[in-house]
Amino acid sequence: MLKIRLTALFLILIGLMLGYFAGANFVRPDWFLGGISYRLGLDLRGGSHLVYQADVSEIDSSEISESMEGLRDVIERRVNAFGVTEPVVQVQKSGGESRLIVELAGVFDAEEAIKMIGQTPYLEFKTIRPEKERDVIIAAQEKRERVLEDPYFIPSELTGRFLKKSVLNFDLTTNEPVVLLEFNEEGAKIFGQITKENVGKQVAIYLDGLPISAPVVQQEIDSGSAQITGKFTPDEARALVRRLNSGALPVPIRLIAQQSVGASLGSESLVRGIIAGIYGILAVALFLIVRYRFPGLIAVFGLAFYVLLVLSVFKILPVTLTAAGIAGFLLSVGMAVDANILIFERMREEVRWGADIEHALETGFKRAWPSIRDSNISTLITSTILYWFGTSIIRGFALTLGIGVLASIFSALVATKFFIMAAGLRRNRFSFILYGAKRPEAN
Amino acid sequence: MVLAVSLFGIFVYGFNLGVDFSGGSILEVEFLGERPDLSLTEQKLFAAGIESFRIQPTGDKGFMVRVADTSDESRKLILSALSASDEPEKVLTEKRFDSIGPTIGRELRRNAFISIALVIILILVFVSWAFRHVSKPISSWKYGVVAILALMHDILIPAGLFAFLGHFYGAEVDALFVTALLTILGFSVHDTIVVFDRIRENLRKAEGRGEFESIVGKSLDETYGRSLATSFAIFLVLASLFWFGATYTRYFALTLLIGIVAGTYSSICLASPLLVSWHKWASRT
Repeated sequence: MLKIRLTALFLILIGLMLGYFAGANFVRPDWFLGGISYRLGLDLRGGSHLVYQADVSEIDSSEISESMEGLRDVIERRVNAFGVTEPVVQVQKSGGESRLIVELAGVFDAEEAIKMIGQTPYLEFKTIRPEKERDVIIAAQEKRERVLEDPYFIPSELTGRFLKKSVLNFDLTTNEPVVLLEFNEEGAKIFGQITKENVGKQVAIYLDGLPISAPVVQQEIDSGSAQITGKFTPDEARALVRRLNSGALPVPIRLIAQQSVGASLGSESLVRGIIAGIYGILAVALFLIVRYRFPGLIAVFGLAFYVLLVLSVFKILPVTLTAAGIAGFLLSVGMAVDANILIFERMREEVRWGADIEHALETGFKRAWPSIRDSNISTLITSTILYWFGTSIIRGFALTLGIGVLASIFSALVATKFFIMAAGLRRNRFSFILYGAKRPEAN
Repeated sequence: MVLAVSLFGIFVYGFNLGVDFSGGSILEVEFLGERPDLSLTEQKLFAAGIESFRIQPTGDKGFMVRVADTSDESRKLILSALSASDEPEKVLTEKRFDSIGPTIGRELRRNAFISIALVIILILVFVSWAFRHVSKPISSWKYGVVAILALMHDILIPAGLFAFLGHFYGAEVDALFVTALLTILGFSVHDTIVVFDRIRENLRKAEGRGEFESIVGKSLDETYGRSLATSFAIFLVLASLFWFGATYTRYFALTLLIGIVAGTYSSICLASPLLVSWHKWASRT
């Protein structure tokens, strides 16, 4: 008995800790672990979810994943430049299609973002600006004029539009990585012209407006291919090739789906979800107490333990909470109650059959177990499949439901059980009334 | 009876597919001041050259416009038509804009069917497996089949209701609706299994004595209290979700509510009697 009570006390302690962990961020964010908050989905905090279809029909199948990576990197950079907190940019394969998913929290007017993302990454070649002009601009910039001009380089006609592809190579003698550029016919002509005019000078290569390399032209090149040597590490060179390829062979992308939720609607959904949760759980608690009396009261503690456990898991993993996710969680509360109800109905029955309460408790738990197990497995099957096939909304629901079901088995079989056992059971008239069963007829 | 009405609804009215299945866009706005007149707004949208749109009021000050076109231009066009100005943000706020291209729509539709079919098959396999030790007097796969029949009943009823809702109130069948159906599948089996589990236990206790029918009857007597109690608890949660929850999970909660009610009914009044009739029919001589 002491052991049981200690276990129950231990569970209560864990419950209190979970409670602290689950709620700290609302009350005292500055306290220990209080800085961890729930991760809210776009539908609750407002934001845009964009899905792009990448046209990979022109790309060799072995290079698709590389180009998609390149695409992702470029777009991630663009999105970062946009100042979005925690943007999500993911490549998704679906059947034979390659897609890019971009999630921008807090951006409702996705128009601007779409514009930025939609542009083909911009590769430019720039030639060096004559010294005189350069000095004039620098002087002007010191007076805070002409600040938008680049004093050192002038844009040339040559852009990523003319680049056919870029390849990583290694110098045969020095063994250093070299980035090879190959232009198309028109690009080859322009490049020939530029190199002819700039022998011995720097030609800068810009990507998305940022200089990535400024090699010195050794001689005129009319073959239509160029190479960038520099002090690259192989990794840097590889990254550069990837970036250049994405600039040059922009996997053309097309917006095929967009979902934007305004911040006002998001917070409205969040508040409503929380209110629905509170009322729903209170109603269930009341029902449990009214119908099952004392064990019902204990089950409410078990339920509180359950809710805190699930909320903590949401925080730790973390699970991105959506409106559908909150619905899944609430539904799992109903399922969690079911485990308790199964046990109590069994106990009631046993008491009615004349078993003493201690015994009824033991068999109640034991007999209820197969149905709890089998019925919850069927729900787990459903949520696994939903998770596999679902879109992000459905996934949120499936994940919270699945976690909820697992946690409910644990809390019913461990928490509720020990709470009830620890509450102490003596065979007297009073306890029969408490347990909601008639005293067995004396025979 | 209810089932017949549901089937009628499904076949006569069909479903209103939401944008996530059919492709298209939805734009929801809320006016800062008074909401303009509905028919006037419709005319404005016509005048702006927007094709095949549907508009319906939402809340006190909002409109929801649905169009087939998914481009951002059409969104802007609608916004300026709704607000009757070039700076829509001064008159209204955009609450939501969803646009789904037709490819994704097709794919989601396919995935919805695949997942429903997969859930049904796996549950059939699981139930047959879980009841593998109880092959007398009826074999375990029959429990699976009956569970599936009960389950069909449980999803057809909310689906039928939705056909009616769609016809009269414009409710749409979207990914969330499919999720609700799948959840009902899970719940329905959950409920049916509890009853079957009791039959399994009582059969074991009876050790071959006693009529199958009376054992099933006894098991039902012993479990319906729990079935009702559980369903009531889930009902409470869902009702709260329906009344207080996010607008956008409202129909979702409603679908689940109906499904839970149907599921409780079917596990008590449908699944076990079916099991008995099947047994009688199979053992007739």
